Amino acid sequence: MQAFTTLTGLVAPLERDNVDTDMIIPKQFLKSIKRSGFGPNLFDELRYLDEGQPDQDCSQRPVNSDFMLNQPRYQKASVLLAGRNFGCGSSREHAPWALLDYGFRCIIAPSFADIFYNNCFKNGILPVVLPQAQVDIIFLAEKAAKDGLKLTIDLQQQLITLPDGQQFSFNIDKFRRNCLLQGLDEIGLTLQQADAIKGFEARHQQQFPWLFAEH
Amino acid sequence: MAGKTLYDKLWDSHVVSARDDGSALLYIDRHLLHEVTSPQAFEGLRIAGRQPWRLDANLATPDHNVPTTSKEREHGIAGIADPISQIQVKTLDDNCQHFGINEFSMKDQRQGIVHVVGPEQGATLPGMTVVCGDSHTSTHGAFAALAHGIGTSEVEHVLATQCLVTKKMKNMQVRVEGALPNGVTAKDVVLAIIGKIGTAGGTGYAVEFAGESIRSLSMEGRMTVCNMAIEAGARAGMIAVDETTIRYLQGRPFAPQGEQWEQAVAYWRTLVSDSDAVFDDVVTLQSADIQPQVTWGTSPEMVASVTSQVPDPEQEADPARREGIHRALQYMGLKPGMAISDIKLDRVFIGSCTNARIEDLRAAAEVVKGKHVAATIKQALVVPGSGLVKTQAEQEGLHQIFMDAGMEWREPGCSMCLAMNADKLGVGEHCASTSNRNFEGRQGFGGRTHLVSPAMAAAAAIAGHFVDIRQWH
Repeated sequence: MQAFTTLTGLVAPLERDNVDTDMIIPKQFLKSIKRSGFGPNLFDELRYLDEGQPDQDCSQRPVNSDFMLNQPRYQKASVLLAGRNFGCGSSREHAPWALLDYGFRCIIAPSFADIFYNNCFKNGILPVVLPQAQVDIIFLAEKAAKDGLKLTIDLQQQLITLPDGQQFSFNIDKFRRNCLLQGLDEIGLTLQQADAIKGFEARHQQQFPWLFAEH
Repeated sequence: MAGKTLYDKLWDSHVVSARDDGSALLYIDRHLLHEVTSPQAFEGLRIAGRQPWRLDANLATPDHNVPTTSKEREHGIAGIADPISQIQVKTLDDNCQHFGINEFSMKDQRQGIVHVVGPEQGATLPGMTVVCGDSHTSTHGAFAALAHGIGTSEVEHVLATQCLVTKKMKNMQVRVEGALPNGVTAKDVVLAIIGKIGTAGGTGYAVEFAGESIRSLSMEGRMTVCNMAIEAGARAGMIAVDETTIRYLQGRPFAPQGEQWEQAVAYWRTLVSDSDAVFDDVVTLQSADIQPQVTWGTSPEMVASVTSQVPDPEQEADPARREGIHRALQYMGLKPGMAISDIKLDRVFIGSCTNARIEDLRAAAEVVKGKHVAATIKQALVVPGSGLVKTQAEQEGLHQIFMDAGMEWREPGCSMCLAMNADKLGVGEHCASTSNRNFEGRQGFGGRTHLVSPAMAAAAAIAGHFVDIRQWH
């Protein structure tokens, strides 16, 4: 996993609540057995005017020029600014894969759906929860910025800095922060506790033998 | 010290080790797999040279991509017309074979939607932790199990370590008091709950459903309720063990037998929240206030009773919500103030992990028996949740009732709930659907989904528009 330490990146605003994972990456693209290549289909139904198909050359498709990712101002954006309950719905990890493949490394929102939030950390994406009022300030700053807004996100300091010097701090769970900072393989870490798992399993089997029956 | 909630008990009995930041390594008893969210996890194992930690904890079945016409199904995987879907289903078979995981493949009579298959096999048992790379894993909480969806990285983590790194959620109790009125089903109850607390109301919580209405539900009904906990933002929903739970499990293929059955039942009876347990939040609904529900928008919280009207965004004070309603009505092609019963339908879908169990099919069949689908309905699909549900329905003659009514009787799978196979809506089409999500494009590009109970969907198929099932003759 790619580590996340600090990022200075252009903000793309998606001012809308309850953006679900079907919207982030529609189901027809979930047929892939790979982890990469989802970027061209990120927000497919918002971004293009036609119905997207897997393995299609997206550069030939009619685009929705109203959608922000199609506007010159937001090219190469790496920070997504979103509304409440971002990532609700399906558990598909294809959603963070598509965001990452497109180039987003950080998502800022007033709240996230639990499974999506969790999936971000497994893919080197930092989801930041800020109070609605602070998110609104960033939305406004983005609108006011002539050539787009660049934010600096410092995970070590847990701090977001706006170009005018305004700073917002954010909370994040220590374990997840360390994994992101170091780009750690969580499975490897867990397997360091293999003896504890084996010990637990033996006690568990003694207490609940029916859970270990062969079928 | 206060007593423990059901969730506290399930959590405590699975902690391998706790970290000082509140997260823990949690042991997983049952891991269910399907073709969409597992290929990248198996690939990860291969690349790292790892083996599954405990093979017998895993059970797999293909469901999302499988075609549902008998013509395609006759040929097994080779009969899948879409080559990309074919590769994905084949990859699940290959991976299960390579690693030695028990799979009910396409040709197996036990194949079906993973959340229908687990419980009907008795592979989901009270007191278990159950995970699957699918958000509707909350379904299994109906058995007093701690069950929730995970992403693909976690699928790989569970395969490799039999554990999950996770943080304890908060406790919420949702009580539905009073007996359920006639014509009001489990689906209406859960849609009413989502309407009340909102699509993010349960975020960060494990929700226990309780109260007389919940207790009166069959296991099928309880699964419908827990299935949609995630639509209220709660990863896990659950219901305490009672006689209904135990009766359902007895004799199921994966359930314990003999002496172990007695031992298990004695333990299972303890899987209830203590009377002095404290919940972080309690929400109460009165069953008498719940009417048959229909969603009118693009989020499950956008729901109303069948006797009411489509809301007017101008009446909404919160600007973000107003904008949300406005956008939803535009997508749905509905006008503020129009009667829900005036919404005309193009297709009807009876199926999905929410409502494709035998009881759901019986309820729908009872409504359509001796009647015929309205001429304006292009298609009414009935898709059983598993091969075993299909067989049982056919033994009861339900398939004949559906076909006589002009409905299509299909092979088991997820089908039009998420339209990964050929079953989908066309642009602008309205569908009365017994599934769980009415998101934009969910059932097909430009499709318009209205979530309802099986009986309401069946009645809508006959009438061509929504009707109050309580007035049905």
